[in-house]
Order: sequence, then structure tokens, then C-alpha cells
Amino acid sequence: MKPSRPFEVFRAAALAVVVFSLVAPLLWMVAASFKTNVDIYDTGKAFAFSPTLDNYDTVLQQANYVQFIGNSLWVALAATVFSLVLGVPAAYSMSRFNMKKSALVVLMARVIPGVSLLVPWYYVFSNLQMVGGYTVLILSHMFVSLPLIVYIMMSYFDGLPTELEEAALVDGLTHIGAFRRITLPLSVPGVATAGILSFIFSWNNFMFALVLSGADTKTLPVAIFDFVGYASIDWGGLMAAATVVTLPIMLITLFVQKYIVSGLTAGATKG
Amino acid sequence: MVGLTGLATRAGTLAALRTPETLMSAVTTPVSRPSEVRPPSPATSAWSRWANAHRKWLFAAPAMAFVAVLIIFPVAWTGYLSLTDAEGSVRAESEFIGFQNYLDVLSDTDRFWPAVWRTALFTGVVLLVEVVLGMAIALLLWRPFRGEKWVRVAILLPLVATPVAVGMMWRLIFDPNIGMANQMLSWFGIGPQPWLAGQNSALPTTMFIDIWQWTPMVVLILLAGLTSLSDEPQEAALIDGASTWQRFRHVTLPLLMPTMIVAILLRGIDALKTFDILYATKGRGGGSFHEVETLNVYAYGLSFDYNDYGVSSTVLIIFFLIIIGVMWALTYRKKGLER
Repeated sequence: MKPSRPFEVFRAAALAVVVFSLVAPLLWMVAASFKTNVDIYDTGKAFAFSPTLDNYDTVLQQANYVQFIGNSLWVALAATVFSLVLGVPAAYSMSRFNMKKSALVVLMARVIPGVSLLVPWYYVFSNLQMVGGYTVLILSHMFVSLPLIVYIMMSYFDGLPTELEEAALVDGLTHIGAFRRITLPLSVPGVATAGILSFIFSWNNFMFALVLSGADTKTLPVAIFDFVGYASIDWGGLMAAATVVTLPIMLITLFVQKYIVSGLTAGATKG
Repeated sequence: MVGLTGLATRAGTLAALRTPETLMSAVTTPVSRPSEVRPPSPATSAWSRWANAHRKWLFAAPAMAFVAVLIIFPVAWTGYLSLTDAEGSVRAESEFIGFQNYLDVLSDTDRFWPAVWRTALFTGVVLLVEVVLGMAIALLLWRPFRGEKWVRVAILLPLVATPVAVGMMWRLIFDPNIGMANQMLSWFGIGPQPWLAGQNSALPTTMFIDIWQWTPMVVLILLAGLTSLSDEPQEAALIDGASTWQRFRHVTLPLLMPTMIVAILLRGIDALKTFDILYATKGRGGGSFHEVETLNVYAYGLSFDYNDYGVSSTVLIIFFLIIIGVMWALTYRKKGLER
């Protein structure tokens, strides 16, 4: 079915509007991060301004953001790696043995409101003197990553034919050997998808770190939130901080958009 | 989705190519086995036999145990706290007071019921707009066109952006004095609006932000659904003389319904639990007049701004039951459709 010519014109115009409304605010944020506060307050200078790096200087030098970037990276990477180690074999087992109820246990973590877990966690971990440390942050972020990884990998393994594993069994490999040498290498795209999304969601997570991080272990979203003081807002600095947290994710997205799309839509089209 | 399916098919072809050959070699040359498969040493073989026999739970149990320990204990604890008057410090003594908290909370028309109403309103409105807009955009993207890749990247950007940063970004755009939003209104001769600062406009403005950020999610899911539909029913309807609208209403939409329920389920759960955008734009208590205080924000505030753990747990248990109820209703509906 070939779309008609008027439809093509209408579609191009409509998509242009969609793309503009989605991208323009983000560009506006990036633009504001290069403006002095005087320029931000002067609505006449919305587009004609002389760019400055002062805001980035404030954020990176004075506000200690280098440390927060490191915290965010470390927590997101560690949570992702540990969740993959736990989640990929679990997803494999749940997919091959059709363990629907067990999968539901893991997916509950995606449904339950985070606040209801935070009070007990806070109690236990503060008694263990762990609040404010990296361990508790990584554990809490794994709670976000693990269900995501299990969900994505289950639908990936569901789509992977079992013939290759069976052939490997005939060749004399054990079940676990077949998983390790045949299925796992075939699952690299799925693992990449799950890992990227888990990293992004952990990087973006706000609530767990808001309660469980300390002054030195703050992740970027919490640092941005704390940037808003009670007095007047340093808009330029705030936008620079917001850009610092968003830009890496957007750059990743540019390069691996196919993986992100396949991860976000995993399991949506089957029964 | 496309990438995954492609790979799965490739793997399938590979298997088809390989299996007969390996079977043949097993039959004809029983002695020359692949060099890597040596008979395992007795020590490893006992462990290996056990591990292979129990691989189902060996693989699944660690992940399940991790989640279960971090969920079951906290939920049980929250349930217990909801029956006590715990407040102040997490270490303070508390007394068992039965269902008093539930009576208090359920008769609280000051904070609790308005929060329930705002949660329902927020979720209902953003879901409706996101599904309608998402459906429209997915239909626009359905058939291939030039520049498709860039449009898809643009659609992904809001989705992956950090919600707290997104909240801050919209705070600047919606600032009543210096924001771009009011400036754009002035081009059309419309006076300045208070947006997030207004007592009545704050909640709709946060809904707008949520719709901006999460409509792309619905687009992606519905687009995956559309792409997986076969062309035949469409062509049959075309031959029968169905109009574009009739084809959408009576062919595409019913076929897409299960995917749409998945989109509603996934978005609905997250919309009910929205926290980042609300807390980043309005701060504690959902603003000074609790303009955007939903159940999640209310419960968070009770726990960590006011340390009123008993009441907070009660609110959370009720909230939890609401979420389970909504989920159950939607899954039930989905199963009904598939039958």
C-alpha cells in the first residue's frame, strides 16, 4: 500500500511539529546553560546572546559536580553489572521452564511504590551504618535494574530458538555448558539492550538516592535537586547542571537507539 | 524489536543448517568427538551433575531471593508500622494501635482524599492524552519514510532524559516572569499565566510535563505493535471498500488492542507512582498549598519530611492495594481480549 501524495505532505508537516515540540525544550535548556543570568532574565535576548562557559565553571569547579558525576557512573555501572549477573541466568531459566509465577515475583519490584520500601530499608541500613555509603545505593538501584533486565531478557530468550542448544547437547555439552557457550554468546544483543537501559534508568533514578545517599555519595539527580536553594535560583547554573546529567544519556541514545527501542518495547507485542 | 526478531531468525537458520550435519557426524564417526568435550573428572562431574539437574532454581533463585528479601520484609514491615503510632525517629518506641491509622486516614478529607483525587486525575488525564497522542504519532511513523531514523531519535530524547533535569528545564520555561512559555503566549496577545506557580494551574502543568516526557514511550510500544501486524487484513478491508477511518477503527485498532493494554499497563503503573517531576517542580508536600500532592508525594512527605511513619505506612498500604487493583483489572481485560 503506497501512501498518497497529500498524505505524505500532511505527515511531513505533522512530524515536523512533533519533533519540534519534543526537541525544542531540550535545546532551550542547553542554550540557557550557556547564558549569563542577566541574559536569561532579559527575554529580549532569548536567541541573541553571547555564549559563556561560566555556568559550567560554577557547576564543575565550585559545586563539586565532578565527584557527583563519578558517583552516578559508579553506582549505575555497578548496579547494572550485578543485576546482569543475577538477572540473565534467572531470565533464561524463567523463559525455558516457563516460570510465570516466579517471574511475577521479580516483576513485582517494578510495580511496588518505592516509598513503601524506603522506610524499612532506611531503618535496617542505618542500623548497619550503611546509609550514605555506596553499597546501599547500589543495592537500591539494583532493585530498579534487576526487574528491567529480567523482563527484557525473558522476552529475548523467548524469541531465541532452542534448536542450537539441543544441537549442543547432542554434541555432548551439559545444559549449563550449552547456556554458557551457545546461548550466552548469541544473547549479546539482548544483554547489551538490557544493560544500556538498566544503566539509563539507574542514572536517572532520583528517589532512592534522595533518601539513601550522603553528602559525598550524592548522585547527579539529587545534586541537581539540591542546587535549588531557598533563595533565588541560579538559572544558568541549574541549566548547566541539568545539561551535565542529561547530555551523556542523550549522546548514548544517538549511538544505540536501536537497542533502546528494542528494550523499551520488549514483550509488548507478544501475548 | 526488529533487531531482536532479526537475530532470532538468523539463529534459527543457523540451527537448521547445523543440526543434520552434527547428527550425521554423531552417527558416522562416533569416535572422533569434538576435542573440547572430554569426559569430565569425577570430582567436577558430581557437582556438575547436581548443578545441571537443579539448573532451573540454581539460575532463578538468586535473583528471586534478592528481590524477595528486599520486598517481602519491607512490605511486611510497612504493614506492621501501619498498625502502630510510629513517628519521630525510626528507632523510637512505638505502640500497637490496631486499625486506628486506617480510620484516621480514610476519614481525612484534608490531605488524604484530595491526594487520592489528584492521583486519579493525574493518572487518568495523562494516560488518556498519552494514548491518543501516542496512537496518532505511531500511525504517522508506521509506513517507512526518509529521515525515519532522526525522527525516532528525537522521539527517544525526552524518554531517556533525567526526570529531575526535565523538571528543572520546565521550571525555567514555565517561569511566570522570565519563561519562554509566557513569552510565546504574548506573541498571540495572551496575557501571562502562572503555570507551576498557580494554585489551579500547577497540576495541569505537571500533567503537561509528564505527557511531554512519556508520550514517546506509548509511541514506541504502539509502533512495535503496528509493525508486527500483518498486511493481509488491511488489504482485505481495502478490497471491500473500507475507508481509511473504517480500516483504522475496525481493523487496526482491534488488532492492536492487546499491545495498547500493555502500553496502558506499563504507563499506568508509572503514572500512578509519578514522583520525580512533581517533587522537582513543586518540592515538599507538592507545593505550599499541596497543589500537586499525589498519594506517592504525600506518603514520601509523611515518611521523610515529617517522619510520621505509622500514618505514612497506612497511606502506602492503601496506595499499594489501589495499584494492585488497577493492574488486576487491566490484565483481566487483556486476557478477555485475547480469548
